[in-house]
Amino acid sequence: MRLLIAILCGVLFGAGMIVSDMVNPARVLAFLDVTGNWDPALAFVMGGALIPSGLAYLMHRRMHAPMLAKDFAIPTSRRIDRPLIGGAVLFGLGWGLVGLCPGPALASLTTGAWQGVVFVAAMLAGMAVFHFFPARAVVVQGAPHGRT
Amino acid sequence: MSTLSFIWPLTGGLLIGASAGLFLLMHGRIAGISGLMASGLRLGGSGPRDLSLGFLGGLLGGALLAGALIRRPEVIVTSSLPLLIIGGLLVGFGTRWGSGCTSGHGVCGIARLSPRSLAATALFMGTAAVTVFVTRHLIGGM
Repeated sequence: MRLLIAILCGVLFGAGMIVSDMVNPARVLAFLDVTGNWDPALAFVMGGALIPSGLAYLMHRRMHAPMLAKDFAIPTSRRIDRPLIGGAVLFGLGWGLVGLCPGPALASLTTGAWQGVVFVAAMLAGMAVFHFFPARAVVVQGAPHGRT
Repeated sequence: MSTLSFIWPLTGGLLIGASAGLFLLMHGRIAGISGLMASGLRLGGSGPRDLSLGFLGGLLGGALLAGALIRRPEVIVTSSLPLLIIGGLLVGFGTRWGSGCTSGHGVCGIARLSPRSLAATALFMGTAAVTVFVTRHLIGGM
């Protein structure tokens, strides 16, 4: 049951990637191209996503525990520190160069586009570099509880 | 953009939000794809690994299903091979260093008005928009 619900959540998410067209980098770049021929579509994706997730967040505040786990694992840190800023800037740079972020990149694997495979492989390599990088201990120290 | 073309993005967004909401209420976790990938593939991250892998497997299945039944996906990539690799490396490293991506910070974080996620989302969206401006309008056609 536990695992089944997690799979169902993933199915909804993956369907959302395709239905919203987030899986298409051309569409994402057109949204990011605010000074060009701007395509506002992804603002609707974001707005649409915030409705149910915001409601769920409000509901969770009246619950002592999630239905299938002991505790809520929600980050509590409020510090805007160097790892957050540095990471967000590097991520934005990569996102702006190609038009893919992690969710859509994974979903693109189902479309047969070879570029998605290359991008996901490089993305995993980037995660591995961060994970196995010796300096990580220093980098992560700033926000041990701030992970999302 | 024609009058009804916002229906697709809005519906897709509702699906993504429903997924994040359900994951929170059922498992108490943040549906952030970069974090789930790291935890599922033992590259850092936290939380039960089977749930991370279940979610990611479901994501692939859901994308396949939606692509077959609802809408044929179009993936138009203009980036060259080196750019794909550089972009992927930056996205992988950056989302781990910054503790989240468009889903974890952008959807889940903003839904709970986390100041960290609001700052991160403003930063990565701003940086991405500047990057597109530079590559499209200053350098031209990368």
